[in-house]
Amino acid sequence: MNAASDTGKGPQAERADVVIVGGGPAGLSAARELRRLGAGTVIILERDREAGGIPRHCGHYPFGMREFKRVLRGPDYARRLVGAARKAGADIRTQSTVTAIGRQGRVEYTTPEGPMVLQARAVLLATGVRETSRASRLIGGEKPGGILPTGALQGIVYLNGERPFSRPVILGSELVAFSALMTCRHAGIRPVAMVEPGVRPSAFSLSRLLPLAMGVPYLSGTAVQAVLGRERVEEVVILHDGDTSSIVADGIIVSGGFRPEATVAVTSGLAVDPGSRGPQIDQFGRIEDSVCFATGNVLRGVETSGWCWSEGRRVAHAIVAAIRGQLPEDNGTTVQIGEGPITLAVPARLSNGSDAVPAHTHLQMRLDRPARGVVQLMQAGKVIASRSVNSLPDRRILLRLPGNMSPTNGAFELVFREA
Amino acid sequence: MNADRENVFDVAVIGAGVVGCAIARRFTLDGARVVVVEKAADVLDGASKGNSAILHTGFDAPEGSVEVRCMKEGYRLYREIRQRLNLPLIESGALVLAWNREQLSELPSLMERAHANGVTDVEELSRAQILKLEPNLSEQVMGGFRVPGESLIDPWSSAHAYLLQALENGAELRRNSEVTGGSFSNGRWRIETTGGAIEAGTVVNAAGLFGDVVDQRLTGKSWYQIRPRKGQFVVYDKPAAALADHILLPVPTKTTKGIVVCRTAFGNLLVGPTAEEQEDRNHALLDRETMLGLIAKGEEVIPALRSHEVTAIYAGLRPATEEKDYRIRSDLAENYICVGGIRSTGLSAALGIADHVAEISGREARPLADPVWPQMPMLCEYESRDWQEAGNGGVVCLCELVTRREIENAMTGPLAAGSMGGLKRRTRVTMGRCQGFHCSAELARMTEGRLGQPMLAQTCGKKTGREKTSQ
Repeated sequence: MNAASDTGKGPQAERADVVIVGGGPAGLSAARELRRLGAGTVIILERDREAGGIPRHCGHYPFGMREFKRVLRGPDYARRLVGAARKAGADIRTQSTVTAIGRQGRVEYTTPEGPMVLQARAVLLATGVRETSRASRLIGGEKPGGILPTGALQGIVYLNGERPFSRPVILGSELVAFSALMTCRHAGIRPVAMVEPGVRPSAFSLSRLLPLAMGVPYLSGTAVQAVLGRERVEEVVILHDGDTSSIVADGIIVSGGFRPEATVAVTSGLAVDPGSRGPQIDQFGRIEDSVCFATGNVLRGVETSGWCWSEGRRVAHAIVAAIRGQLPEDNGTTVQIGEGPITLAVPARLSNGSDAVPAHTHLQMRLDRPARGVVQLMQAGKVIASRSVNSLPDRRILLRLPGNMSPTNGAFELVFREA
Repeated sequence: MNADRENVFDVAVIGAGVVGCAIARRFTLDGARVVVVEKAADVLDGASKGNSAILHTGFDAPEGSVEVRCMKEGYRLYREIRQRLNLPLIESGALVLAWNREQLSELPSLMERAHANGVTDVEELSRAQILKLEPNLSEQVMGGFRVPGESLIDPWSSAHAYLLQALENGAELRRNSEVTGGSFSNGRWRIETTGGAIEAGTVVNAAGLFGDVVDQRLTGKSWYQIRPRKGQFVVYDKPAAALADHILLPVPTKTTKGIVVCRTAFGNLLVGPTAEEQEDRNHALLDRETMLGLIAKGEEVIPALRSHEVTAIYAGLRPATEEKDYRIRSDLAENYICVGGIRSTGLSAALGIADHVAEISGREARPLADPVWPQMPMLCEYESRDWQEAGNGGVVCLCELVTRREIENAMTGPLAAGSMGGLKRRTRVTMGRCQGFHCSAELARMTEGRLGQPMLAQTCGKKTGREKTSQ
């Protein structure tokens, strides 16, 4: 494999103050803020042909309310983010795929001209998310053409101006499924059904009205069991209440199920959290035992672009403090998640608190089922933070972290006491 | 018998699976004018599409069988020619593992068979030795032995290399040409296909899953019947490949080698195959429950797999017959050779089968004095790849690090990809963890009008007529 070593041989390393891996909303906003704070040379490595990240593919509204106080389409929003980072002096390098990250800041990447190496004082991972594929979901059947993640559909429709199919099934009902619905509408594609394995839409309940308004049947409590067709999709087999039936369709959009795109972290040996599956960070965004940080959606399954943008901005402050030696010692210990519905916590590691602005003032959590009760952050048997919760699964839950904590006082545990 | 000169050949090979490709190569290098007739839009579209990608030594094949002879010869030949064709070889070795007392008691006879098959370097290992070699293995393992020669290869670039070498030395490939009938007279064959008629002195039926059907269509009879046996696989993402060094084999049963856990040449970890008899020769359906069973099996062998992600799934069909051994037979009176029943070991044995077929064909070899040796693109994770070279045009498939230059090359030349599946097999595009999330749009642009079977459906692949909102 291609693990980077900090004493590695190969091309001579180019020096930079901060290298940002990924040019989506989080990485771009971090770059701009880093430049504004005087962090020195800031290089963004973006593997796509253009920076901007997922919003580039979303040719619909609404983006940018938090950042630009305006309602923009995804591509316009992406262009503004890129423009702002560039104007602040960030060096954005596209078609640059990172292949390995060393703990001490050595970043190996490949370009059309061949492999390159950077040596940075700090590295920020902002590699975002991907959707859970048909394969990962173990959907049976055959492997014909016409099975697409939303990201691929949007690229084909918005970037190419093409239609991959005309009567697909949409699997999933997270916000992105509605984005898929709008993409279909834009391209004159008429979905034949929207299928959600859960009993209620993952996005807000009102969103159920959108497929109805578009004349697309919405089937909840329905799993996709198999996709049939040899060359093109011909049929989608669904399972509802133990009964199998099939829908005639020429494609399927496998939407959502976002998971961190943390592969380069895993193969580079950086700490990855078993709950979020993203890099495991402390409240300053630091990855243990390294000069690496992480921010944005790579930290956990998906938040909005606006949320990632503000996370990126805040981690910039922590990085600058780190470079200037102003962050407290990285002595973080892992937050143990107790029995119950909590699936992940970000940050999953807590270090000594500080007066310096932390990247994460709150612990973010998600549940795997609807639940009501009180969530408590415990340390050595004492509650150090708590709040009441009444939440659907996969919604963001925030718990304010106390400013003056220290892992030296005992192990952290996150407990959910159901009402 | 007045076919055009361009449709007249010495040898016609029916079926461009790995076996047909190897046979075409052998006859071409022996100086024959060869045509390969394939019914699909691209080669390797049947049984060769999905296998476990292992180069087997033949240690556990039935003693004295045609199979073991071809496997041993195929194994030797692959190692002999692979560097000249730029084909990978990962000499991982295999561990045959016993998980209960009964299996433990079978190990000595398996090792004896290995010796009888000429695989004399097998080495018995204690439980402690095994766990030392494979620290991620479940502690439930009771014992086993090591077969150092078992190796991993690229199942597609090898077959492509065999056929490409044939093509670059004068052979022809006819795609979209399904054999519909034929006749033999005056010592020559006339074969009707959906892509036109051809004439040939000798016919080799390497039609795999349709071997018996092609027999029927050409000779009016078949001496065996294909009984498709499905194999499903799950493939874990690259970080899982670090969990196992060796190919991990169970003690085989009478009908199957059992479920293997091993790395792939592409740096993933696979678990499979199942062995499920079925009637259907066209459709290899994946089944959710079965895949969950494979995952459970994989976690039994390597518990740490629990925290790894399955990022690809596939199913293949093996052209098994009512008997275990290969069904290779020549009818010299009719210049007809049937190569049937090459079930799960075809990849390992292909080059050996090709030599065997050339031998029994009765054709005199006039070897080419200075044949061309094409250089295959290297897709193996453990070798230097194109993304590490200058001028690669940039990475398009971000998960598998496939470059623009690699994709362009795969769409040109005598063996240019004819379908999206063919492009995947030649380059690995969209085979990674995102399954096309990032590169599908780019691929649709790059392949537009260039694949016989397009990536987007023709009926709706036209422009939407709306403005492009980006770029």
